[in-house]
Amino acid sequence: MKDRVIEKALLLAALSAIGILALITIFIFREGLPVVFSKGPGEFLTGTVWQPSRGHYGLVPMIVGSAIVTFGALIIGVPLGLACAVVLAEMAPPRARKILKPTIELLAGIPSVVYGFIGMMILVPWIRNNPALGGTGSSALAASIILGIMILPTIIGISIDAIEAVPRSYREGSRALGATEWQTITGVVIPAARSGIVAGVILGMGRAVGETMAVIMVAGNSVQIPDSILKPVRTLTANIALEMSYASGQHEQALFATAIVLFIIIMLLNSLAGLARRKKKRKRKLKGDPAGGVEVA
Amino acid sequence: MITLPRLPRLLHPRHAQVVAKAVLWAMTLATVGVLFYIIYFVLRRGLGHVGWDFLTEMPRRSGSVGGIFSTIVGTLYVTGVGVVVATPIGLGAAIYLAEYTREGRLTRIVRFGAESLAGVPSIIFGLFGFAFFVTYLRFGWSILSGGLTLAFMILPTIIRTSEEALRAVPQSYREVALSLGASKWQAIVRVVMPAAAPGILTGIILGVGRSVSETAAVIFTSGVSLKMPHSLFDSTRTMSVHFYTLTMESISEPKAYATAAVLVITILLINVAAYTLMNRFTRKFR
Repeated sequence: MKDRVIEKALLLAALSAIGILALITIFIFREGLPVVFSKGPGEFLTGTVWQPSRGHYGLVPMIVGSAIVTFGALIIGVPLGLACAVVLAEMAPPRARKILKPTIELLAGIPSVVYGFIGMMILVPWIRNNPALGGTGSSALAASIILGIMILPTIIGISIDAIEAVPRSYREGSRALGATEWQTITGVVIPAARSGIVAGVILGMGRAVGETMAVIMVAGNSVQIPDSILKPVRTLTANIALEMSYASGQHEQALFATAIVLFIIIMLLNSLAGLARRKKKRKRKLKGDPAGGVEVA
Repeated sequence: MITLPRLPRLLHPRHAQVVAKAVLWAMTLATVGVLFYIIYFVLRRGLGHVGWDFLTEMPRRSGSVGGIFSTIVGTLYVTGVGVVVATPIGLGAAIYLAEYTREGRLTRIVRFGAESLAGVPSIIFGLFGFAFFVTYLRFGWSILSGGLTLAFMILPTIIRTSEEALRAVPQSYREVALSLGASKWQAIVRVVMPAAAPGILTGIILGVGRSVSETAAVIFTSGVSLKMPHSLFDSTRTMSVHFYTLTMESISEPKAYATAAVLVITILLINVAAYTLMNRFTRKFR
């Protein structure tokens, strides 16, 4: 009898996460949807003018801004992250690994405001004073670089797991055929770990899209579609955080509508990453065929 | 199906390997270098302004004079509420996943919930906390609103680490307890949980770390008051929020550096603690 009650209570705790997710969805939509309906979804998704005082709520500049800095973050974060993952999982001797791995995990612990601050103090002046770059320094470029560093722990952590999940026999088979260690890594291990790595990159993308404070501090935040990466941009997250403190009425609802757009993008990315992860598991379950890993489907 | 494109061979494979390894190692060391540089930069410029009085004095004139005492207290309260609320729920979920059920539709739903929640950006948690706790439940800008918002945010971390810790406890522990006549719940509480405690604690410490460094989720739920909080319904400003305000409103550069130094040292200590515990735990069961 007592055990049954306990089990029910534990089940309730287990369902809490999905319950909270539902609660978040309900409250964000409840606050944001009225203005979407009264203005029409087109105003938000295709409008290019954001002037809350005049009732203009076009989100296109912010969507473009988020897309640019996220793409920039991937250009910096993916090669660095992959390199770290390969070194840690395949190349580093155990002792070096024991020091490097927690060090890199520490990158995830540093508060985003500190990243933003470092960006403001070092990166922004460097871009401003660099003759080849110039501009005000607060720019899409600065945001991309900071975000590129911030998404590293996500990409590295998940890629390491994926690389370590590749069976030893794959490597042995490749080495036995005369491939060098490096040929084995690029020709066998990475292709076999591909879907896990893709999941890591997608989750890193999600982090970049969702990051707020660090971006506000370095991106300049002007509402415009930039014609160069040296121009300031405003992301969806920055739009919410910058105006939330003084917004009211329809303006506040419009910020919740911004959050709806952001939330949908994040959920799409989460689902994609989930799909990539499950694909990896299924593949490994169905066929233990090393050749299956070499080809890119 | 496409096979990976073969590049024309410019180098002997053995030489290519040497070059590739050097490049990858350089990239890894550069990443680690960035981390160390961030820590060094903040500590070098900040530590000089940190003294006992900075930690124990109240901030005055928006923080341009005095210390950060009330923000330390605020951080402790908000983090405390978050951890106290999230730990029992997260641990319960982990026990259910690890001890009470097999993989199936239900666990897939639970895992989907936890994974998705882990991916939700903190600004969305902040907006949600504002709409739900601050406005709908009328808790106002308060320690309670901020703490509950953080609890929701760190829940996935606690579920995941606790589940891993419970699963790492060998099956034989449970069998011995059950064979001695313990009920399932007794076996879990008296045998499995104590054995998994360091792993569970690691998850809680990581949750503390996330709470301390969080800004976007607490600024809209706990507010920005610099006064000393006296109840759960008082507004407060955490260290991270204070640091953000000092920087963005250009209140005081030395105070900003000093606050950053305190934040970074706190995070370093938290991470070292989590890592040491986890290390001891995994060694025990290997």
